[in-house]
Amino acid sequence: MSEILLKGGLIVDPATRREAKGDLLIRDGKIAEGKVSKDAVVIQIEGCVVTPGLIDPHVHLREPGQSAKETIATGTAAAVAGGFTSVIAMPNTSPVADGSNTIAWMKQRAKETGVANVFPTGTISIGQKGEQLAPIGSLRQAGVVAITDDGHCIQSAELMRRALEYARMFDLPVLDHCEDKSLSAGGVMNEGKWSRILGLPAWPGIAEEVIVARNVLLAEMTGARVVCQHMSTAGSIRILREARKRGVPIDGEASPHHLSLTEDRVEGYDTSFKMNPPLRTRADVEEVKKGVADGTIRFLATDHAPHCSYEKEVEFDEAPFGVVGLETALGIYLTELVHSGLIPLREMVVKMSSFPSEYFKLGRGTLATGALADVTVMDLERKWTVRKTEFASKGRNTPFEGRELRGRAVLTIVDGKIRHDLDGRAGRS
Amino acid sequence: MTTAWQRKDLLSLRELSADEIRKVLSTATVFKEILGRPIKKVPSLQGRTVVNLFIEPSTRTRISFELAAIRLSADVVSLDKDSSSIRKGETLQDTAKNLEALQAGTIVIRHRSAGAAHFLAQRLKASVINAGDGSHEHPTQGLLDTFTIQERLGRVEGVKVLIIGDIIHSRVARSNLWALTKLGAKVKLVGPSTLVPKEFAELGVEVSHDLDGALEEADVINLLRIQHERQVQARVPSIGEYATLFGLNSERFKRCKKGVILMHPGPIHRGVEIASELADGANSVILDQVTNGLAVRMAVLYLVSGGKGIGGES
Repeated sequence: MSEILLKGGLIVDPATRREAKGDLLIRDGKIAEGKVSKDAVVIQIEGCVVTPGLIDPHVHLREPGQSAKETIATGTAAAVAGGFTSVIAMPNTSPVADGSNTIAWMKQRAKETGVANVFPTGTISIGQKGEQLAPIGSLRQAGVVAITDDGHCIQSAELMRRALEYARMFDLPVLDHCEDKSLSAGGVMNEGKWSRILGLPAWPGIAEEVIVARNVLLAEMTGARVVCQHMSTAGSIRILREARKRGVPIDGEASPHHLSLTEDRVEGYDTSFKMNPPLRTRADVEEVKKGVADGTIRFLATDHAPHCSYEKEVEFDEAPFGVVGLETALGIYLTELVHSGLIPLREMVVKMSSFPSEYFKLGRGTLATGALADVTVMDLERKWTVRKTEFASKGRNTPFEGRELRGRAVLTIVDGKIRHDLDGRAGRS
Repeated sequence: MTTAWQRKDLLSLRELSADEIRKVLSTATVFKEILGRPIKKVPSLQGRTVVNLFIEPSTRTRISFELAAIRLSADVVSLDKDSSSIRKGETLQDTAKNLEALQAGTIVIRHRSAGAAHFLAQRLKASVINAGDGSHEHPTQGLLDTFTIQERLGRVEGVKVLIIGDIIHSRVARSNLWALTKLGAKVKLVGPSTLVPKEFAELGVEVSHDLDGALEEADVINLLRIQHERQVQARVPSIGEYATLFGLNSERFKRCKKGVILMHPGPIHRGVEIASELADGANSVILDQVTNGLAVRMAVLYLVSGGKGIGGES
């Protein structure tokens, strides 16, 4: 029998409506109650908040096939360092996760080398080519929690319709990177004043909105659950808001960069600010935040997308899209959403843990007695400065280098095992 | 006019102050006078190496920079995509490091990617001069155009300039609009709405899609090349329709001011953006632009090198 007692924290567990000071007992990998044995590891966490482990629904772990960028080992190490106990892994690996063999391999690899829970997704189409449906039923049996061609938006409305109808059979969520390629036309930043100044090929917000609108209509028609990934424009939020009001089974993700940074950051041609969709305008940022506050946006993701430095250190239009996010997301979300007074802490925990668990049927996201012990302990007031050289991730491509944040995960427990202990508290008892 | 030049690089005109632009123009005036002498060479950059790194093909700009560097007595090496290792897959980062290791003092770069000159400047101790980066800027062209206007009209402030053509893809338009507006000119960008998007109006210039309505007030008409490339073809129905709506022909020219000056960065498409006889006519300053380009590029090479002592003065 092994026991951990987290002593003196503020427990915030939306699933059980608990929000009170108290101790949390973990016994043999599960949340427990009752008498604490004298061998228990007692960890003092006064002044900290205890929440169910955070879940990131949008992560690129790059394994198999791109382990120079990231591996399941380093990606999950980055996750726990940032307070995440579970990640949903995107299928754009090499080979692409469009068959059950790759899913089985990933699950095995995660078991052997991962320090956080890894939930794979499969593709919508074979090879993410947007031409023919992937074996979605087999992928489901292999254990994927959703399907997505992330990064490669399904351009054919007809194929998307069939994918949704088919996924509906299994109640499997469909995640879509919303980009009409005929409108985005090779753009590498937002179309607007700054693209005119910088002379970079640009893609307009409507290229996203056209697809969000299409997805709303198809979700309504088919009844399938659809998540529009990393929403970046005010128009997208308005479309989602209206659709959700009518009960359409459609959702949207926010990402840390789209609710805190604007297009002018591209000014120095720094590829740390190149991601897809691109950074937009102040008005877009404000509307995304508003969407988070009013419940239009129910997922707070990262779109953690590590790349090698040598891949990013090239001409702006040549560089790959993407930024890392696992180790900075909690600090950004606390700073931008909670400390700013936009949403209460409880609501952030809903969006980062209990809701994604429920939506993707992960069986986590709560501190109820008997639940699997995925726990995040955060110091809401901890001020810290982002230093990419200190990342556990292999990726150094952060747009937040040098930024001072308020709030950080100090302890991360996955299935009852301490996987991150910022201040070395566990050894101190 | 006594402002000292502090910059290591010349990357864009957007970042220059009005005084810095005037400094380049006044320095170019001195070099232009030297170019009129029987012996056109000065020892200002003796012992300094200038590398022309032309990753995107260019003839006139490269020759202008080469000649400018030669007139300043620099040692000049020119590389294009084929003679550099870029063709073999070397990254710009590695090319830059190699040039640094060879102790190149000044690098002049032409590249198809916007921001390529910034990329080099951030990584090298050498001076970097942007000779055109994608659709971003072409600072020496903006400076030579401004120099030519100043020379012909005696002033820039208050001058009304039309820039006509494919503005969205034009680095020449961008560099011109910054230099001209900083010196107080009134700039109007003219062309089809698909090539002159409305956001340019946020940059301190006017946007118009009506050439005929804009002609009479113009002191300067700068005609940009319409490129027969796919990106332009997708935005205008045909080159013929473009020429009908936005080409400067003799009918339209009759409505212009008598002393209007006609400019073009070249190469010209006769009969598309400008009628052939106008390109060769009395109002055309197209060849003055080429001559002035040499003086302006000498001035820029000289200034970023921190040079002193033009033509024997110290």
